[in-house]
Amino acid sequence: MLGDQPIGYLFAAPFVLFLVGIYGYPFFYAIYMSFFDYFFSAPGAEVVRPFVGLGNYARVLQDPLFHLAIRNVVIFLVINVPLTVAISMVLATALNAAIPLRAFFRAAYYIPYITASVAAVGIWLWLFSGFGLVDKILGPLAPNPSFLINGLWAMPIIALYVTWKGLGFYVLLYLAALQTIPKELYEASRVDGASPVASFFAVTVPGLRPATLLVVITAVITGANFFTEPYLLTGGGGPDNQSVSPVFLIYRFGIEQNHPGYAAAIGLLLAIGVLIISGINRFVLERD
Amino acid sequence: MSNSRHVFLAAVVALSLGIAACGGSNLAATGSAKGAIKIWYSNNAEEVKWGDAVVAAWNQSHASEQVTAEQIPAGKSSEEVIGAAITAGTTPCLIFNTAPAAVSQFQKQGGLVNLSSFPDGSSFIEGRTGDRAAQYKSPNGSYYQMPWKGNPVMIFYNKDIFTKAGLDPANPALKTYDDFLSTAQTLVTKGGVKAAIWPAPSSEFYQPWFDFYPLFIAQSKGKQLVEKGVPQFNNADGLAVANFWKQLYAKNLAPKEAGQGDPFATGQSAMAIVGPWAIAVYGGKVKWGVAPVPTKDGMDASAIHTFSDEKSIGMYSSCKNQGTAWDFLKFATSKDSDGKLLDLTGQMPMRTDLSSTYSSYFSAHPEYKLFADQAARSVEVPNVPNSVEMWQDFRSAYSKSVIFGSQSIDEAFKGAADQIKTLVKS
Repeated sequence: MLGDQPIGYLFAAPFVLFLVGIYGYPFFYAIYMSFFDYFFSAPGAEVVRPFVGLGNYARVLQDPLFHLAIRNVVIFLVINVPLTVAISMVLATALNAAIPLRAFFRAAYYIPYITASVAAVGIWLWLFSGFGLVDKILGPLAPNPSFLINGLWAMPIIALYVTWKGLGFYVLLYLAALQTIPKELYEASRVDGASPVASFFAVTVPGLRPATLLVVITAVITGANFFTEPYLLTGGGGPDNQSVSPVFLIYRFGIEQNHPGYAAAIGLLLAIGVLIISGINRFVLERD
Repeated sequence: MSNSRHVFLAAVVALSLGIAACGGSNLAATGSAKGAIKIWYSNNAEEVKWGDAVVAAWNQSHASEQVTAEQIPAGKSSEEVIGAAITAGTTPCLIFNTAPAAVSQFQKQGGLVNLSSFPDGSSFIEGRTGDRAAQYKSPNGSYYQMPWKGNPVMIFYNKDIFTKAGLDPANPALKTYDDFLSTAQTLVTKGGVKAAIWPAPSSEFYQPWFDFYPLFIAQSKGKQLVEKGVPQFNNADGLAVANFWKQLYAKNLAPKEAGQGDPFATGQSAMAIVGPWAIAVYGGKVKWGVAPVPTKDGMDASAIHTFSDEKSIGMYSSCKNQGTAWDFLKFATSKDSDGKLLDLTGQMPMRTDLSSTYSSYFSAHPEYKLFADQAARSVEVPNVPNSVEMWQDFRSAYSKSVIFGSQSIDEAFKGAADQIKTLVKS
């Protein structure tokens, strides 16, 4: 019943316990909370938390702030995911070739990824604030109001920031995947007279498809859950809530205002949305 | 961002539950039990010094009721740390940094002890704080917080920048809205600053306390945002204040985005809205002056009210030795301890007799006298249900209409008033 190697269950047990304790139990508890007018209370305190059924979900779906947050996720993903895939694939290909200072460039692209968000955001504030470098360079061409307090620009800037910050990680994934493409394919394309650009599209891009699937799904999951950027870069989802995200709302309602039932409903709707998008991505990218 | 962010909520819940499993229950707590207790105080250097001195003095004469003091754990805000600790049952007996705006939430969580349940609870609080104590009562008529110390906010200004702009640094024109706007314009044009004044324009629920609210309190002659369940800001006074700020933003005299660092300390802004804590912080760096907050047509300084920026002391329900906690609370707010607080921090104990009790201090430190006078006319945030949510709704309406101008102030304030009326009743 336990198979040939029952000791395998023992080795797997710590991770299973971790998964159940840290992810499984809270996940199901969040589902439970979302059906109640729940709030956190002191141990032993006698409190009433009425059952509201789907009430939290109904309120969330009618909440204009949630609509705005979902719109922002869509804007974010539309900009961030294609840029992430395109730039990291091109950079990985370039860094895979025998170019001068290759090790330096590999490290340079990775540094933003491992830099603390607070520090990285500080640099972007210095660049894109109204008194920042970019506004100064652009002069009269700079948008008014400036980038971070401009309803049209706040989300694209956030998407660009996340693209820049995460690039190092995705370049690394593509670099690893590039090692799996047989060199013979490039030789064959060269013999057939293909230019480097043609062989990039004919050999590299198809050869990286499994990695691209991973990059797209990872970028969608992390992207749909952006929080630090509206929190730090645009002064709490500003201007005028134009850069709020679902996770930012979860923080505001669940932690600041102690309405975790409502926040849990937002979280679960977001999780369902991410699952659907990831499913579609997988279906599209895994097709032969 | 991390890959695990998609379970942000779940992790938060897990953390709360995990900590809760380790926490104690408050069921055994009694109002008269004596023994060792733990307290938290604020982590700024001056208050740490005060806390250590008061605790040492108490411990010297209470061998069987020792007090252990710790700085409040680091977090995004004290309110979030305290809220999490209530859920986990890990709050100490007393926290000398409880924000009045969070009291209704902590009370709903079952985290606070009703101080009026002590035989001398209400009388002690009212005896020390006088009429102002009424602002700290919960809707059920009891005290769940002890008003401790205020930081009545006023206009702090940089005298060097005023001089550079050709303005009189000893007696600047900041009394009326017209005066203030004209002074602000001169400061930006001739004073070499990016901003005349730079309150944080971000969306946090507590930001109105440092832009709209002090001026509203002054303009309305001491009204709270909500009184008896009725919003007070959607009227001529509230609209006048909002329009004043709107002009500052529209004319770029107050920036619409957050400054990096402290704009006042770094000379990017000529003025700031702050309490007496600022004297210790800016004293050595900036040649400063202080003036009451402006009103529409100007008012005598002795008639101007402002926001208290007060912090209270809360007794938390996880406390087992509540008898000792109550005794220590009284000890820490005695005339001597309050004098020490004033001396070490410059913050104003919430006493009726502040100026006369500590007259020698104010003679030696005349720069604090204006704040002490203002402290007698300070107004608190309303103690209402859903307080944080209420302030967030107000802030959203204010940001939309005043800072970013994407909706008319009349419309935004009416919408916020309607929402808030429902919120504070639930």
